Amino acid sequence: MRLTFDVNGVGQQADDVWPGESLLYVLRERMGLPGTKNACEQGECGSCSVYLDGTLVCACLVAAPQAQGRAVRTVEGLATDSAGGLDHIQQAFVETGAVQCGFCTPGLIMATDDLLANTPTPSDAEIREALAGNLCRCTGYEKILDAVRLAASRRTEVTP
Amino acid sequence: MTATTAIGAGLNRIEAAAKVTGAARYAGEIPLDGHAYGSVVQSTIARGQVTMIDADAVLARPGVLAVLTHDNAPRLHRADDTDAELLVLQDDRVRYRGQAVALVIAETLEQARAGAELLDVTYQPEDHDVVFAADHPRLYAPEHVNPNYPTDTSVGDVDAALASAAIVVDATYSTPAEHNNPMEPHAAIAQWDGDRLTVYDSNQGATSVRQALTTLFGLADGAVRVLSEHVGGGFGAKGSTRPHAVLAAMGARFTERPIRVTLTRQQMFAMVGYRTPTIQHMRLGADADATLVALEHTAYSQTSQVLEFAEQTALISRLMYAAPNLRTRHRVVALDVPTPRWMRAPGEAPGSFALESAMDELATACGVDPIELRVRNEPSVEPDSGLPFSSRNLIACLHEGAERFGWASRDPRPGVRRDGRWLIGTGVASSTYPARSAPSTAAATALADGSFVVEITASDIGTGARTALTQIAADELRAPTERVEVRIGDSDFGQAMIAGGSMGTASWSWAIAKACRELLHTLHEIGTVPPEGVTAHADTAEDIKAQAQLSRHAFGAQFAEVRVDVDTGEVRVPRLCGVFAAGRIINAKTGRSQLIGGMTMGIGMALLEEGVMDPQFGDYVNHDLASYHVPVNGDVHDIDVSWIDEHDDRLNPVGVKGIGEIGIVGTAAALANAVWHATGHRHRHLPIRPDRVLTSLA
Repeated sequence: MRLTFDVNGVGQQADDVWPGESLLYVLRERMGLPGTKNACEQGECGSCSVYLDGTLVCACLVAAPQAQGRAVRTVEGLATDSAGGLDHIQQAFVETGAVQCGFCTPGLIMATDDLLANTPTPSDAEIREALAGNLCRCTGYEKILDAVRLAASRRTEVTP
Repeated sequence: MTATTAIGAGLNRIEAAAKVTGAARYAGEIPLDGHAYGSVVQSTIARGQVTMIDADAVLARPGVLAVLTHDNAPRLHRADDTDAELLVLQDDRVRYRGQAVALVIAETLEQARAGAELLDVTYQPEDHDVVFAADHPRLYAPEHVNPNYPTDTSVGDVDAALASAAIVVDATYSTPAEHNNPMEPHAAIAQWDGDRLTVYDSNQGATSVRQALTTLFGLADGAVRVLSEHVGGGFGAKGSTRPHAVLAAMGARFTERPIRVTLTRQQMFAMVGYRTPTIQHMRLGADADATLVALEHTAYSQTSQVLEFAEQTALISRLMYAAPNLRTRHRVVALDVPTPRWMRAPGEAPGSFALESAMDELATACGVDPIELRVRNEPSVEPDSGLPFSSRNLIACLHEGAERFGWASRDPRPGVRRDGRWLIGTGVASSTYPARSAPSTAAATALADGSFVVEITASDIGTGARTALTQIAADELRAPTERVEVRIGDSDFGQAMIAGGSMGTASWSWAIAKACRELLHTLHEIGTVPPEGVTAHADTAEDIKAQAQLSRHAFGAQFAEVRVDVDTGEVRVPRLCGVFAAGRIINAKTGRSQLIGGMTMGIGMALLEEGVMDPQFGDYVNHDLASYHVPVNGDVHDIDVSWIDEHDDRLNPVGVKGIGEIGIVGTAAALANAVWHATGHRHRHLPIRPDRVLTSLA
């Protein structure tokens, strides 16, 4: 099939898409956007989290045809508006030491973006719940929670 | 010793921006012109013979370029030290379930996978033996245990000392198979140019992969280049060449195109190694005043039919406590299972669970505080070898941790603290890990614009090595970190130690310090940097050979608080506290993260992680992240990590001990000891699952 959809604000088209392909496969192998990671392919680890029409999804669990005519936003499309190249969430992850091997990081950044968009000042319990679907094997999560808290505090500062 | 301007600071990870934006490229994400994909077909029996592979139907499918099997795959060369797991597709034998028996190569990944799923492989199965047991009839004493330690050691007369000891603890502990599960699945893309081979690979050391591929493909020195700029975790699973890299190179040779092979999460459980299950028999004897008179540690582990891998489980008992009569033994059995490999703190992680649990049992039996027991049995030299310690600050860690954790107010009685349906307890255990260095080479270049470039085949698997080495080089060069670029992950930079055994930073920093000092010396002599720059090279092989014989180890103390749900058997961990004496900590930020990460993996080891072997099919049945449970953020609460200011000038020029592994050593014992303190029940078999807790409480 021909897949027509929007990725990070740009119209895209892919031909000869097998309907069984995942959105993750389309992004990584067809669109050349490997920032969205493939670590389990069964929706357990959250490394492939992206927005599909503004809803956070595991791209590995979305069949490519489900993206037809819809808008996808990946980690590569997050910081396009910020001058320094990083948005406040990405900057918070860098500063707090929340990034180690980096393979879970894009998924966690997307999940944090989604959390703070809906819950600007989350409690720790809300952070843990929001990130419950994201596995990390390096960090022990503590610095990731620090990153989310820092990003939330800065977001509150700039958007009263 | 190096002046410390950058060292010790919490410099942000240099490549962090690339990682948070998705710009960092890992091995399976490097695009090479015209590349195709290989998908691995794994054996579905545990032992036997491949009698036929009918590739015709698969070859007829769209996009399929080739099906590599033992019939047509390129022949590999082997040397005496060749890892037999790498001799893929060389014969028709099946030695474990999940072994690679074919590689389907196609234009797209989906086509390759579809072909791999449909490939018709016929086997002649044989009876397999996959069940590990301490009374297995084929247990044997290996010639040595990993990497090259004596299998058995004995000082004094343990049996006589135990017979006359006032107090004896005699208990058997076990730890299950555990799977490393770095977040990035192993991947490689290989490209040939005549007899030159370039491989982008996910590994912990590019020169070791280069060496293996050079031998296997019978190539000239310098013909292979291995690159690994970003690596998504390893924990030992990428510590040496793994079959995916060989398969990619074979596929590329066969098809004359670049070939990418990425393992799936499920394939990793059989193909990249795991921590062996262990069974450990401990016998401790003490005087009435809690002075150890005897310590015996007998460890059993499994290996495969492919090669011998002998986990050094009892090593920890050779150095921890001053027992005048001390015996350690290792026995191994070769089963029809995938080959176990290194996983974070091989030896010490499972060994410390048994030793530090047994010490807790002894403290109870003697009626002394567990910290006091360790203080009373602190050795002045390494008990087994008699070697002096380069530094040993275990007691300082225990005391500092006791202060931070609030140990002094602890009521030693078990099973008496209850908050609603929760039982509450605390526990302590010691940590240790060897502090070794291995030969490495490095080059330091001064450029005419006043900046510096340092090249070393280090690997940053998430540790922060790139950042720490930049800090070290900057201090050595007396330059700000912004003017120093450290390039890593390219085997063309020359031989260097892998990121393993907590030896990476200790080994690489030595070579970098030496190269930088040499460069400064040269610069001092020539005055100004010539337009083309000036480079100094260093090799630490002779320096390391000339090191004095000492017992070099990092030490630590871990404290745990648990809450045990009496209705569900669930164990929660509100608090962990770790204090470490690990030489100089180069980067406070990345260092703390590594130690927290190690302790978190220790929570997994204690409570969650367990590879379950199916005796009928010879398979680790829970081979995915849905059924093999690693800690999630809800499992981790307050982890307090600190270190004591330790200066040890008998390690290496920078004074580094390494912190990659020690964080996981002792965590499981501290948690098990806390569960005992909470419930009054001793758990000697990991993980401490809810069903085990409920059974004990019933």
